[in-house]
Parts: sequence; C-alpha cells; structure tokens
Amino acid sequence: MIKEVRIHGRGGQGSVTAAEVLAHAAFIEGKWVQAFPYFGAERRGAAVKAFARISSEPLLVHSQVYSPDYVIVLDPYIYRVVDVTEGLKGGGVIVLNTKKKPSEIGLEGWRVGTVDATGIALELNLLVAGLPVVNTSILGAFAKASGEVKLASVLQAVKETWSGGVSEKNVRATELAYERLKKWWDGED
Amino acid sequence: MVQRVVDTANHLAGYAAKAAGVKVVAAYPITPQTTIVEKIADFVESGEMDAEYIRVESEHSAMVACIGAAAAGVRTFTATSSHGLALMHEALHWASGSRLPIVMAVVNRAMGAPWSIWPDMSDSLSQRDTGWIQFYCAGNQEVFDTILQAYKLCEDERVFLPAMVCLEGFILSHTYAPAEIPDQAKVDAFLPAYKSGWVLDVNKPYSHANLVSPEWYMEFRYLIQEAMENAKRLIPQIDKEYAERFGHAYGGLIEKYRCDDADLVLLAMGTIGSDAKLAVDKLRKEGLKVGSARVRVYRPFPVEEIVKLAASSRMLVTLDRHISFGMEGFLGSEVKASLYGQQDRPLFSGFIAGLGGRDVTAETIEKVAKRSLKMLDAGRVEKETEWVDLRE
Amino acid sequence: MTLAPKKRGDLPLTPLSCPTEGSMGNTGSWRTFRPEVNYSKCTKCTLCWVFCPDAAITRQQDDSPKIDYDYCKGCGICANECPVKAIVMVREEE
Repeated sequence: MIKEVRIHGRGGQGSVTAAEVLAHAAFIEGKWVQAFPYFGAERRGAAVKAFARISSEPLLVHSQVYSPDYVIVLDPYIYRVVDVTEGLKGGGVIVLNTKKKPSEIGLEGWRVGTVDATGIALELNLLVAGLPVVNTSILGAFAKASGEVKLASVLQAVKETWSGGVSEKNVRATELAYERLKKWWDGED
Repeated sequence: MVQRVVDTANHLAGYAAKAAGVKVVAAYPITPQTTIVEKIADFVESGEMDAEYIRVESEHSAMVACIGAAAAGVRTFTATSSHGLALMHEALHWASGSRLPIVMAVVNRAMGAPWSIWPDMSDSLSQRDTGWIQFYCAGNQEVFDTILQAYKLCEDERVFLPAMVCLEGFILSHTYAPAEIPDQAKVDAFLPAYKSGWVLDVNKPYSHANLVSPEWYMEFRYLIQEAMENAKRLIPQIDKEYAERFGHAYGGLIEKYRCDDADLVLLAMGTIGSDAKLAVDKLRKEGLKVGSARVRVYRPFPVEEIVKLAASSRMLVTLDRHISFGMEGFLGSEVKASLYGQQDRPLFSGFIAGLGGRDVTAETIEKVAKRSLKMLDAGRVEKETEWVDLRE
Repeated sequence: MTLAPKKRGDLPLTPLSCPTEGSMGNTGSWRTFRPEVNYSKCTKCTLCWVFCPDAAITRQQDDSPKIDYDYCKGCGICANECPVKAIVMVREEE
C-alpha cells in the first residue's frame, strides 16, 4: 500500500513542514514515509508544492509524485492560479483551506473538503510574523477527510515538533480543523 | 538504544559526523548541502558535539583547513556540492597525496553553466582522478552508515586516503525518511579512536608531502594506487562487519539485485540504482530476465565485480547521471574498460539520464531495459551512447 | 514571463534573462490581506511610498499614495510604517 499526497501552498506558509508533520504522524503509526519539497528555488509568496508518501513497506522509489491520491491546499486563492487537480487519481480527495463551502469551489467531479484554517488561526491568535499558521490545522482536516492517519497521531507529531504555548495552540487548531471540516461527498455543505 | 527517527539524509550526515566523534568541521554553505553543516553547527553550539566548527570564506579554504586539522591529528569532516567541490579541486589532490583520512559528504548537484541547483553526478565524477575514495548512496540510512564505514576504511593503515560520500541533492538531501541512529557505545566499538599515518608534532618537527624529484615521485603515487587496491578488498569486509553489528548491509562494492540468471543487467549509481529494482520487479513479472546492479563504490572501481557480472549475463547497460563531453558517461566508460581484457564480452549500451535533476522514474528505467532487450534480440547495439528522454 | 522553447533547435546558446515588468505575473494574487488607505487621515508624508519593497505604491502629484493592487503582495510594511495609522490591513474576500 502506497498513498501519495501533494500539498500546495505559498512559500512561507509551511507546506514542507506540513508534509514532514504528516509523514511523522504516519511514522508514529508504524508506516514507512517520505516527505520532500518540490525541488526548486522557493521564495515567500510564490506557489510551492510539497509531497509525502505513506507506505506499509520500505520505499525504493525516489522519483517525484505524479499521481497523488490526495491533495492539500494551504492557501485560499492558489487553486485559481494553479491546477491543484493535476494528476490527482480518480476518486482522489482535495482538502482546501478556505471560508467557502465545497460546492462553491468549482472543482466539479472531485471529492472536496473545506475548512477555514485561516479563520481558526486568527481565532486562536496562532500567528508567525503576523501571518496565520495553517499548516498544522489543515492536517487535522486531512486526517478526517482521508482516514489515512488518526487525529491522535497528527496531534502527537505536532507535540513532538513544537513545544510550550506554540505547541498547545497548534494542537488546538488541529483539533478545531478536524471538527469543522466540511466534506462534499458526505453531503455536508 | 537505537533511535528511530524520520529525517533528511543531510541531517543524518550531521548525525553521522557527531557519532563518529569528529573534532573539526570546516565548511562553507552551498545549496543543497547547507542543512548538513547547519545541523552540525546546532550540535556544536548546544554542546552535544565536542568539536571545533570553523567558518571559512570559501570551499577551497574549507578543504585546506581540513587538511591542516587532519595533519594536526584529529578526525575531520566537511561537506559540499557542485561548484564548491570544484573550487576545492587542487586541495583535493593535496589531501589524498598527503594520505590524510578526511571524509567529506558531497551532495551531488549539476555543474553550471547553465546554472542549476538540481542533482546529477557531474560534480563528484569530475573529481574521480583526485585520489579520493568515492561512495554513492541510494538512501538516507545508507548515508549515515557509509560515513561511519568511510572513517573505518580511511583510517586503516593499509589505506590512509580521504573519501567522498556522495548523495543526490534534494532526492536524498532534502527528503525526509525513516532511519535508525545506533547506540553510541556500539559506534565506538566499531570505530576506534582517530588514527592517521602521520601527525604534525612540534617535538619531532617534520614537514610532510614535501618536494619530490622525478626519481621517487612515481613510487609515492604507486603507493596511493596500492592503497586503493587495498580499499577495494577492505570495503566488502567493513560492510559485512557493519551489517553484523548494526543490521544494515549494502553489498560492499556493488549491490546486486536478481542478477544471477539475468540476460540483461542495468547498472547505475545512487538512487537510479534503487528505482531500478522496481523496474526489474515489473519486468520480471512479464517474464523478462532482467537484473540491476547498483555500483556503490566508484573509486576504487570494482573491476572484478564487473567482470563477474559480465560472465553471467548477455548484456550490460549503464545509466549515467553524468556526461564527459567529447566522450560518454564515466560509469559506461569504466565498465567497458573493465571488460576489454575478457575473451567473451556481453553486449553493451550506455545511457545518459537525469542530468540537471531531470526525474528518472521506474517507468523510464523500464523503457531503457525494453529498448536494450530489443538490441539484445537483434544481437547488435545501435548507438554506443543514448540520451534518455531528450527533447527533440 | 518565460518564452519556453518548443524544440531543442529553438534553444539559444545559453539561457537568457532580461528585465521585464512583473516577470512573476500579477503578484497581487498572492495577497491574503490588502492595505486600504484612509485618505482623510493621510498626511501625505510619503513614507509608505518610500518603504514599499515592491514599488507597488506610486506617489501622486499631491504626494498621496496610490496602491497598485495588481502587484501589491499585502506584506503590510506600508501599514506598519504609516505614522498616523491611515493604512489598515483588511482580510481579502475569498
């Protein structure tokens, strides 16, 4: 069993960290994992991609991810300028950080889940350099949408990556995102 | 206690330098090596690693500082890539000629111009003549393990040469994957205290590697060649010992996969050698007798292993992540050179793939294998060298 | 703006870069927060124009600022520097 995830974001939003924390969560559950950025020069604000593989066996593959099973989108506007469905397997799930409802996104034919991770970050005052942190909470939403990792594993991975007050806020944000995820295919909208 | 972690090959290289008890690190940052030396800097700053971290102004100075440190009698480490390695070039010759057991991680990155930050093996293969032992890794765990094995090898009195442990930029350096960091006591049992062939001593003042006239220079160089031959014998032994102690093995000089009854063997270095196993499995399911051999050590070149492979197969094919302009890929050249003296030689074709970070997938390797099998059926090779997936 | 070659034969001798306006496209699309100027509070000190790192603010005839939202990335430096807090960062409507 190998599942591949692609994460879209903007440089500085923590897409690569999101991939690493996701991989960490799956590792806690005994899986073999990989997490890597799109290998390129990145800068704050530019569209970036990161990837993760979750496998039941050690992985020999080292090439890029072309047909993800899941797509996570950290930035509320990026799906307008980047084709986030590129290569996504049929029946694949897309989890987006947005205020909009899944039916309002315009990604017809795909299983879409949405959560306002930016709103959660502003609610909890979870900010870095004044900007809302969404890369951990979105993984809570991913856990619910995909079932590939348990929420408890994501929370443990978050706790092992950050400490103190920062850790607590990230944990709370992740829990809230898990609760508030709206899944299109479950008729929640 | 074994520590199970998920981390990048670069960070693991830092962990290896720490586990090896390195005492001096002199380095200059360059993408995609930077996180190796950043990790080491963290260790030194926190006191976790008792070492001197020298911030130098260039890679040339980094290597020269390492030469000084090794000459002063301590285990030394550095890391670089691409143009940084090229900038060290004359110092690389000096380090090996001085017989100093320095270990360096080379995060493989393409040479410019045009400017590229992406992986290929032009950087380290361009330095193949400098007298450094060269390892090529295919996974994060292997990077950690090979650095420890390299110190053991280089500090053996039958060797006393420096070594490069090469890993592809981004593909390994920045990819987060599971690995095990062994118990320090076990590492210390495997890797004893630093030993070198000579040390600068103010009480017994000698200067080393001094001017040599034509009467004796050749003989000094012959000693290096002998040391390389010794390394070739020792590497599989060390790999075996490491496997017994730590549970990880890499096949010594060449990691063979399903080669015993193979008609066609695909040879490559680094991660292409790992993805090749996936291609082999797929082809075998189709009833095609293909195997893969990952050349783990390029210097000294495993001539005898190549001869053995050739004896049991009908065609050898190399995938080089490198090109020597005006000729071909270096893995291809040296495989052919190894076989020239043999009576019966298999068919051979060389492929150039993955330059400047062009992705090489298992599907690509499968395509190369099927193309080669067609040539094998026809009994002749169309071109000595082919470039894979080249745009028209 | 990249002129991607179609064939190997189209390649120049070496890759070329030349100066262009907005070579990364409309970076205004990167924004999550947009600066809004309250012109009645604005004292026309021109500090926001001086500090904008992207030259997305032009200084008008009367020294008041005009923000080019095609390129403003919403970094918030102008709002931070305004001595009378005439610029406010507002979350973009999705």
